[in-house]
Amino acid sequence: MSAQDLHITSYVRIGQQGIACNGLAWHSFEPGAPLPDALAAAYRALEPAYPKFFKMDLLSKLGWLGVEALKANGWQPGAYEPASVAMVVANSHASNDADLNYWESTRQVPSPALFVYTLPNIVLGEISIRNGWKGEQAFLIQDAFDATQLLEYVEAVMATGETEVCIAGWLDVWKGTADGFLVVIEKTKTGTALPLSAAQLMNLYKEEIWK
Amino acid sequence: MNELMQQLKQQIIDQLNLQDIKPDAIGDDTTLFGEGLGLDSIDALELIVLLQQQYGLKLANSEDGPKVFKTVRTIAEYIQAHKG
Repeated sequence: MSAQDLHITSYVRIGQQGIACNGLAWHSFEPGAPLPDALAAAYRALEPAYPKFFKMDLLSKLGWLGVEALKANGWQPGAYEPASVAMVVANSHASNDADLNYWESTRQVPSPALFVYTLPNIVLGEISIRNGWKGEQAFLIQDAFDATQLLEYVEAVMATGETEVCIAGWLDVWKGTADGFLVVIEKTKTGTALPLSAAQLMNLYKEEIWK
Repeated sequence: MNELMQQLKQQIIDQLNLQDIKPDAIGDDTTLFGEGLGLDSIDALELIVLLQQQYGLKLANSEDGPKVFKTVRTIAEYIQAHKG
């Protein structure tokens, strides 16, 4: 399936200053707030009553909040069969942040709760558990956001039998900094949908919300 | 015993990152797993770590886990019985 048959129907950007959905600022982080506090404040603003959030590593929190923000801003995945929702996400630091936290814990007693997050694709598992999704998944490690490679994977996933929608993008956490970008790619074109291309993905990734 | 149970409740919250739960919300006899506090298997491992780190205790027999970690009271009773 080629990009011509696919459309970007929603997108979310999470950076140092806050969360933006579909090009509009949606939740601002407290200036200077450490990343864990900023993400926790965003969670509380959503009021989702999902206490497992606090047990997640920062990468999982970032992705989990991204999808929750998409839903809070109009994307309705409810009509899709669980096996038809795919995810293709990339980053450059894998699970290094969680790996270091776990390694620190091994100086005393290794923490099982930290160990379970020492793989980058766990974020996709947390999102899947939250939403009941069971579709295709891939987590890529790239030097930097590579829209062309991401699009190739998305096209391949969307061509598989059951996939109707794919959440794709970039989720990276390292040294207290988060860089999140997720798009919803669907076969059905909605009124506000954007055409899908590598250039479009790169433009949305680089879009500046807070000037 | 009451002081130990209060201390345990705060330690459980800290160890398991139960940030939205206050110590008073955990009853002395509230079931920690299943329908009570809703803890899972990873939390069970973290409780073992808590016993080791905070009280220097290791479960001699892993089969005792469900009995020891049933409630805050049963954990406190285990600590009192095994702490030198």
